[in-house]
Amino acid sequence: MSYIEIGFGELALASVLVVLNGLLSVVLRLRLEQQLAIATLRMIVQLILVGLVLKALFALVSPLWTGAAAVAMVLFAGREISARQDRRLTGIWSYGLGTGCMLIAATLITIFALTTQLNPEPWYHPRYALPILGMVLGNTMTGVSLGLHSLTTVAARERNAIEAQLALGETRTEAFRPVTQLALKSALMPIINSMAATGLVSLPGMMTGQILAGADPVSAVKYQILIMFLIAGGTGLGALAAVMGAAYRLTDGRHRLRLDRLTMAPE
Amino acid sequence: MLQVDGLTVIGLTPVSFEVEKGECVTVAGPSGSGKTLLLRAIADLDPAAGTVTLDGTERNGMTAPCWRSLVTYVPAVSGWWRATVSQHFADWENVGPMIEALRLPPECGAWPVSRLSTGEQQRLALTRSMCRSPRVLLLDEPTSALDAPDTETVERTIEEFCSSGGGVIWVSHDAEQRQRVSGRTLIIVGGTLREQSA
Repeated sequence: MSYIEIGFGELALASVLVVLNGLLSVVLRLRLEQQLAIATLRMIVQLILVGLVLKALFALVSPLWTGAAAVAMVLFAGREISARQDRRLTGIWSYGLGTGCMLIAATLITIFALTTQLNPEPWYHPRYALPILGMVLGNTMTGVSLGLHSLTTVAARERNAIEAQLALGETRTEAFRPVTQLALKSALMPIINSMAATGLVSLPGMMTGQILAGADPVSAVKYQILIMFLIAGGTGLGALAAVMGAAYRLTDGRHRLRLDRLTMAPE
Repeated sequence: MLQVDGLTVIGLTPVSFEVEKGECVTVAGPSGSGKTLLLRAIADLDPAAGTVTLDGTERNGMTAPCWRSLVTYVPAVSGWWRATVSQHFADWENVGPMIEALRLPPECGAWPVSRLSTGEQQRLALTRSMCRSPRVLLLDEPTSALDAPDTETVERTIEEFCSSGGGVIWVSHDAEQRQRVSGRTLIIVGGTLREQSA
C-alpha cells in the first residue's frame, strides 16, 4: 500500500468541521468562537513552522542544530510545567527544577533509544532523534507537572501531619514519605492508564501515522511498544527527580518544613 | 536543664529564660502575641537566631531529629498521617497504661483517626509524644478542647512527668490552670517577653 498525499484542498475541506464548531458556538452563545479561531490559527502556524524547521534540520543532519532544537523543545516544555502549578517554588526553582529534571530524563532516554535500539546513522539523525525526544518529552512533561502539582498541594494541605512527624523526631525523608508517594502515584498514573488502554480504547498517534504512511501494522506496533517503554522510563525518571527535588527544597538541613519557599501562582 | 539565650525569630524579639529539671513553666499572653512562635523556635521547627541548650549541649551540636526527640513540641492542632490511631505509635501494645490514665478507650487503637473528637486527638497526641521519652515537653494549649475531668487527668500526667525529672513549657490561656500547674509564668505581649511573674 502506498502513502496517500493530501493537498491544501483536502485540508480546506476538513477545516469546515472547525468552522461548524464555531457556528455551534455562535448559535448556542458559548462565546468560544474567538478562542477557537485563535487556537486553530496557532495550530496551523505552529505546525507549518515545525514542518519547515524539521525539513531544514533533516537536510542539515547537524549535531549542533539538532541539539539546539532539542534544547528549545525542553525550554518550552519547562515553561508549560511552571505555568500549570497553582503553588510554585520561589525563585529559579519554579522554572529550573521541572526543566532540569525533564532535560536529564528525556535526554538520557532518547540517547538510550538512539544508541541501543534504533541505531540510525549517524546516531543523532534528527529524523529519529527529534520525534523520539518529542514523544518522550511530551509525556515526561505531563508526569513532572502532575507530580509537582500533587506534591506542593498536598504538602501545603498536610502541613500539620508533616510537622507532627518532624516534631516527634522523624527525618524530613520520613515525614515527607506519604506526600512523595502520593505525588509519584499521580505522576505515573497517566502512563499506566495509557499502557492499559492502548490498543483497546485508543490507537496511538504514532502507530496510526505509520500505518497511514504505508508501514506494516506489526512493525508499527513494535515501534509503538518501544515508544511506550521509553515514555514510561522518561516519565518515571523525570517525575522521581522532580518530586524528590521539590521535597528537598521544601525542607532544609535542620529537617524543617519550609512552606515559605512556595508561592501562589498569579491568577 | 533547658537554657534559652537570645532566641530570636520573625515576630519575636530576643527571648532568654531557663527551665529547671522537673519544672513546669507556663506561658501566657494575648492571641497572636508569639507564644506558639516561641515553642516552635525552641523545637527548631522554624529558623531562629540565638542558642538553646539542653543539659549544656547546644542544639546545633546534634541533628534536628535528635533534638526534637528530646525537646518535643505538641501543637494545639495535632497532625495525623495514617489511617488508624495505632499506626501512629511505634509500639501500641505498651501505651495501654497511659491511654487508661488519660481516660481514653483502650480499643481506640483500631479506630480511624476521623472518628476521634478534638479532645481525644489532643490526649492521643500527648501520649504519642510522651511514649518517645522526651526530656522536655513544649505544650501548646493541650487542654483547650477538654472538659474538667479530662483536663485534670492531663494535668496529673504532666505533673508525674515533671516528678520524674522532665521539664515542661506549657502555653495556657487559663489563669487558674497556670496557677495549678506552675510556679512561674512567662508573659508574652506583641512578640516580647515582658515579665516573669512568680
